[in-house]
Amino acid sequence: MENAPVLFEHRFDNGLVLLAEPMPWLRSAAFTVLLPAGCQYDPPSRFGLASLTCDMIQRGCGSRDNRTFIEDLELLGADYGVSASVYHTVIGGTVPHTQLGETLGVFADVVCQPWLPSAQLDDAKMVCYQEIRSLEDDLAHRAMHALRMRYYGDPLGRNSSGQIEGIEAITIDEVRGFCGSHFRSGQTVISVAGNIDWPRLQDEVGRLFAPMPSGEAPAVAVSPPSHGSEHISYDSQQTHICLAYPSAAYREPNYFRARGAVGVMSDGLSSRLFYEVREKRGLCYTVFATLHSLRDRACVLCYAGTGADRAQETLDVIVQQFQRLREGITHDELTRLKVQIRSGLVMQQESSRSRAASMAGDWFHLGRVRSMDEVSRLVNDLSIDDVNEYLRDHPPLTCDVVTLGPRPLEIPNGVP
Amino acid sequence: MEFRSHRLDNGLSILAECNKRNYTSAFGIFVRTGARDEGPEIGGVSHFLEHMVFKGTPRRTAEQVNLQLDEMGSHSNARTSEDSTIYHAAVLPEFQSPMIELLCDLMRPSLRESDFETEKKVIVEEILMYDDQPPYGGYERAMAEYFGDHPLGQSILGTVPSVEGLTPESMREYFRRRYSPNNMAIVAAGNVDFDQLIADAERCCGAWRPQELGKNIRPAAPRTGFHLMVKPQSAQQYVLQLSAGPAAEDPQRFAARLVTTILGDESGSRLYWSFIDPGRAETAAMGNYEFEGTGLLMTVLCCAPEQTQDNLIELRRLQESAFREGIKQRELDLAKSKIVSEILIASERAENRMFGVGGNWLKHRPYLPSDEVAQLFSDVTLDEVNHILKQFSLTDCTTLSVGPLTQLSMAS
Repeated sequence: MENAPVLFEHRFDNGLVLLAEPMPWLRSAAFTVLLPAGCQYDPPSRFGLASLTCDMIQRGCGSRDNRTFIEDLELLGADYGVSASVYHTVIGGTVPHTQLGETLGVFADVVCQPWLPSAQLDDAKMVCYQEIRSLEDDLAHRAMHALRMRYYGDPLGRNSSGQIEGIEAITIDEVRGFCGSHFRSGQTVISVAGNIDWPRLQDEVGRLFAPMPSGEAPAVAVSPPSHGSEHISYDSQQTHICLAYPSAAYREPNYFRARGAVGVMSDGLSSRLFYEVREKRGLCYTVFATLHSLRDRACVLCYAGTGADRAQETLDVIVQQFQRLREGITHDELTRLKVQIRSGLVMQQESSRSRAASMAGDWFHLGRVRSMDEVSRLVNDLSIDDVNEYLRDHPPLTCDVVTLGPRPLEIPNGVP
Repeated sequence: MEFRSHRLDNGLSILAECNKRNYTSAFGIFVRTGARDEGPEIGGVSHFLEHMVFKGTPRRTAEQVNLQLDEMGSHSNARTSEDSTIYHAAVLPEFQSPMIELLCDLMRPSLRESDFETEKKVIVEEILMYDDQPPYGGYERAMAEYFGDHPLGQSILGTVPSVEGLTPESMREYFRRRYSPNNMAIVAAGNVDFDQLIADAERCCGAWRPQELGKNIRPAAPRTGFHLMVKPQSAQQYVLQLSAGPAAEDPQRFAARLVTTILGDESGSRLYWSFIDPGRAETAAMGNYEFEGTGLLMTVLCCAPEQTQDNLIELRRLQESAFREGIKQRELDLAKSKIVSEILIASERAENRMFGVGGNWLKHRPYLPSDEVAQLFSDVTLDEVNHILKQFSLTDCTTLSVGPLTQLSMAS
């Protein structure tokens, strides 16, 4: 491949980590900033603090008020977003590469000098309430969130948008305190991919983020999950079925084996779930399974949405397919999966945004970045015996089920 | 980068924006047919046919089709709109010929009766899925109210009864009429070998026989009015507002896109500052829809039910002030900067360029490289933007609201 990728990394004196991969064939540059300020840090009576903070930090920073902040980014041509995940406040953006330095300058002010104006706290809270209410209308999301809470427990299963009562109680001092204790350079990583000049980027980031206080975010206590099944009664056309069972986290040696097994279930049009549930039986329009990895734990999440009268059959067929998976996968299935993963990696070469996001994710999960070549090798080296041995040792036996719809379903045999 | 085009004797168009610097190749078969070409008696047939195309051909079973798409590691999909049906796949360049051979074969599907009945169930599930999702069929109802009996008011998915009433014969008849080579194009972008593309297309599609195509472009007579759909379970209230905009062939479409960006972009627009920043709405946005012969501007709102009446009044106030006072130069400059950058970033992906090239073909427009599109936006003047607001009144509209409210009135 021409322009073989090069990876740069640097840790500044204050602990901030900068990662970069030049993609000189692009005209864009993209960045991801991970701040240790996710919703896992929301205090119990303040669910939504990280989410509210994400809104507040965009209401003025450095020398800009909230309008100038948005206008400056528009003039730079930045496509950006700020959101909270379980672990992080995530700032991501893509710009024409000539505007990268100035754009990072704006976001350095967001991180180091946010205004957090008390006069706008009520508006920011209203924004959060709107988001929470809109998510109530997203039935698939509601069912999946209930499942994640059941599987991971609190706080790892949380929905970052929080709860209305929690947000109502938050004071401006709490928002300021949250920024002060979590916007710390010790666990912050910035990744950049695209048409970039490494020495210049290193200088700029070092200068722009130098005021960031050092230190790390406080540790979080994790409570045990409450595994089992749950039905949420709702007068809907479809029943939403969500299942979760244990799997390997991204940092574990078994990750690619587990990923291979899930891929056979759900990647592509010839995958088992798509074929057995949709193509052969016409039971639903949407069905998928995905390996969802947190830092030190993971699960396979499976979803299907189907008309209430066919929901039981859909659940039964899905469970049968997971039970069948214990018998192993075939050589052809693995070969197809490898081509698909390799193709996806090459396609990432056309997107600075997705490359920057993967680099930051790698750093968080592994403490280093996997080059695309390394991922390609790991996938290529995967053998049928590897995947089948993994499935023998880790059969999908126990599973949490959440359904949302007009009627509860009978949980099939084999699912506790 | 180089643009190449060719036409087979049977009328099939082949277009490609070839760029050896891309790592991937994107291919699409574009068919100028969609819901507007159906008529109520076969409502939903275009979209149903899009699904049936993947169910196999005289040379392949459905399973073989899916296997082959996966064996090439393709990112493939299909979509149906009011006026187009597109089958597309992005692959590594080494799979160009087998992918073209497969896509072309799919365009002559078997349409077997047993597959038809199984797939009908999937389509019904898709309709039920959208019935559960905001705005709960509101888009289809708003289009129907706005366009009346004009074909653009026809629902893309159809309804459960219309889909259940479809027969394999009616689908085959529609297929013969619309999937004619002179109504189709093979479009490619990225790392593409164009000479090979022509050779493969000739081999796979050269024997297709063209049909006489009827013209179905009659002028729309948009209607205005206010409609309320009650959905008691919904937490939020949703509003869709449709008013006239430039048609696909109208050069004013660039100015109109700038107007919707200035007034209704998701960030930094007038709607943003009035509704999103203060938390009065979860969504407040505007978009352009361009069809042959007509176009429309759509405004959408999603907010708490109790805020909806006030928000409708505020929306009307903003529209009237835009009409009276026009747009400021600073707003235009910001919108241009935003759009030009979006075009540049999007153009890096072969797949996006394929949709750009194909989109122009669908609308009978000439090819435009992305830099020229960006330039056309940059060249728009303040007068042209303000003229849009005078020519296309935002307040002459169809408004539809869906949600728990049982009473709501249009601001006047």
